[in-house]
Amino acid sequence: MTLFRRLITALMFFCLCLGCASTTSHSIAVYMLVDTSGTYAKQLDQAQKVIRYLLTHLDSGDSLALARIDSGSFSEKDIVAKVTFDGRPSVANKQKLKFKETIDDFISNVKGSPHTDIKGALLQAVDFLNETKAANKTILIFSDMEEDLPDGYKRKLNNKKRNIKGFRVVALNVTKLSSDQIDPERYFERLDTWEKTIEDLGGVWDRVNDLDRLDSLVVRK
Amino acid sequence: MLSILNTIIIAVSVLNDKGEVMTFNQLINIWTGSELLNVVIWFCLLILIMYLAKNPAHLTIRSFCHVISQGLSHMAESILSAVIKVKERNKEVLLAAGLEEAEKNIEMEFNRINTVVERDLSGFPVLKRQLQEQIARIEDDYQQSSDIPPAPPGWVDAVDALAKLPDEANENKAVTNILKEIHKTTCDQQKRALDEYRKAVSSHHIILNSLMPYWRKLTQTLDDVAKVITGIHERSVKIDKHMNQYEDIRANSDKAERTLSSSSMTQFFISGIALAIAIWGIAVNFNLIAVPMKEMVGASSYIGPMKTSDVVALVIILVEVSIGIYLMESLRITNLFPVIRQMDDKMRKRLFWFTIGFLLTLAFVEAALAFIRHGMYVDKAQTDNAIEEVAAMGASVTIPTISQMVLSFILPFVLTLTAIPLESFVYSSRTVLGVLTVFFMQLTAFLLNLSGSIITNCGELLINIYNLVVFPLIWAEDMLLNKLNKEPRPVMETKVKEPKLKSHKKSPGDSTIDSSESKEDLDENGLLTTGETAS
Repeated sequence: MTLFRRLITALMFFCLCLGCASTTSHSIAVYMLVDTSGTYAKQLDQAQKVIRYLLTHLDSGDSLALARIDSGSFSEKDIVAKVTFDGRPSVANKQKLKFKETIDDFISNVKGSPHTDIKGALLQAVDFLNETKAANKTILIFSDMEEDLPDGYKRKLNNKKRNIKGFRVVALNVTKLSSDQIDPERYFERLDTWEKTIEDLGGVWDRVNDLDRLDSLVVRK
Repeated sequence: MLSILNTIIIAVSVLNDKGEVMTFNQLINIWTGSELLNVVIWFCLLILIMYLAKNPAHLTIRSFCHVISQGLSHMAESILSAVIKVKERNKEVLLAAGLEEAEKNIEMEFNRINTVVERDLSGFPVLKRQLQEQIARIEDDYQQSSDIPPAPPGWVDAVDALAKLPDEANENKAVTNILKEIHKTTCDQQKRALDEYRKAVSSHHIILNSLMPYWRKLTQTLDDVAKVITGIHERSVKIDKHMNQYEDIRANSDKAERTLSSSSMTQFFISGIALAIAIWGIAVNFNLIAVPMKEMVGASSYIGPMKTSDVVALVIILVEVSIGIYLMESLRITNLFPVIRQMDDKMRKRLFWFTIGFLLTLAFVEAALAFIRHGMYVDKAQTDNAIEEVAAMGASVTIPTISQMVLSFILPFVLTLTAIPLESFVYSSRTVLGVLTVFFMQLTAFLLNLSGSIITNCGELLINIYNLVVFPLIWAEDMLLNKLNKEPRPVMETKVKEPKLKSHKKSPGDSTIDSSESKEDLDENGLLTTGETAS
């Protein structure tokens, strides 16, 4: 009876199994691409809405980066701001405010670009997000998804080594072009092409046009 | 005939006349060109084969079902025999625990009586002396208050003598004057005596009046003694009751077992409810300190599936609960760790003060964390407002902050009381687990027996279905035998052999299968019979 009592007492105190420290990350990493070409440069206030949502919903340990899509986007120079929020919430709050200031400066001083290199930006995003080793990796593309590469630029996304398995690619605010007005099928074909490209690479494709419903952007596993 | 034989041989070898392996369709249509006729022929052949193999098939089915049902039955018997042992062990444990508790109760009652006797009756000699003094004083005063009739004066005799003198006119005048003087003097003395008497009675009343407090005190003292005696009497009744219970337990009676079991179940549920409330308290405490822990250990590190901050908060709370247990042990309120109970008083006192100090420290830490928590929420709200560019709404933060701090300070002390229901829960869980184990074992045995019975009956069902399929030939056989005027084959009584449910009280020789039973059940052909001959 005494031994049984001791066992029960010990079991109740040591019922919480503390294993070794987990090396699996639980953090979220979001890489947002904003199209600065043509008329899209004038819609960046909508992108600010998304940034604000992300800043209020991301926590310590999460990563956030904003990069522009311009003529040649496969470059670190196109990254406007990037941050990995500190483990301490008080420091993370300060980082968020600083990030917001940087983005506000960028948006107020942005200049339009003549071309649109979405795939290059995507490759850069994949590179960045892989380095974060986050559990949830999301790429947000704020663009009309109409790629316009400069002459001589090659962008292949069908290389098996460049797979984006586990990535989520979300197209935001995909506006219709004037050519889409003439033939709406072009709009859907464009989206379908991107969907197929992303899914062939192992990623998950999604589209959000209503920027008042951003709940699905930050999903913590 | 030869062609039929050839056809059968070819069919068995599944080769057609070209030497190729026959397809299924070719095999079906081997007899005639009509598919339906071929199917009928094959069906008839199948029935014929089934009829010829009827007895072995019945035997096979019965044996197979018998094997399984017997296996299940033996498993059930083993489980039921284990149930007996588990029940006995449960009873032993329960009675031992009940014995221990009864001894504690008796000891406690004797201690209480001892305390009462030492406190109230140890001064009985002094009390007795006081009573005697009181009574002596009362007696003296009573003596003082008694009326002593005054002695008659001596001159009364002289007056009497004078009054008896002869009555002569001149001589009586002097006597009359004397008598008048004596009368006057007597009246004065009577008046004086009456006054003195009244004074004396009054003083005696005063004396008697002063005795009243002593009487009251005496009465109260006697009442107190009566109460003490009555209290001792009541305790002795309780001790009798506990002793009866103790004797019942020592006698290993079923009544004692039932009483203890019921008491243990009640304790289990009550302590379970108290522990559930304590767990909710732990959850509230956890929510108060987990968030500010992120500021101390970081919000992005994990231990296993849980955040480090959550783990640290939980550990702090569990440490508080364990400190509370040690505190209760040092005060001898609970008895989870005999090592602490067996410590000498000096060590226990040190342990007591150490646990109190540790608890106070943790309580202050929690209050500080509650303060940080509120600050963190305010900081986050301000940051979100700045990001959203929304004006912050001013709200009073003092009262919620103070409330959280007070709650965080109090909760560790409240959680120390968790030790009491925890002890009851641990003590009573053994009994409950034992009862549940017996229940599930009996349920398993029942299900095994039921499965065995179902399998046996399914076997009989299969046999009957088999007979149903070949019934035309059986019927033809019976008709033929009747025509040949032989004794009809009795209908085989398909006895359903139920797996025997042995009683719980087993004798040592009952553990194995009784082989003589199986021999009687099967005849020389291995068929299950009721003893009648097979046709």
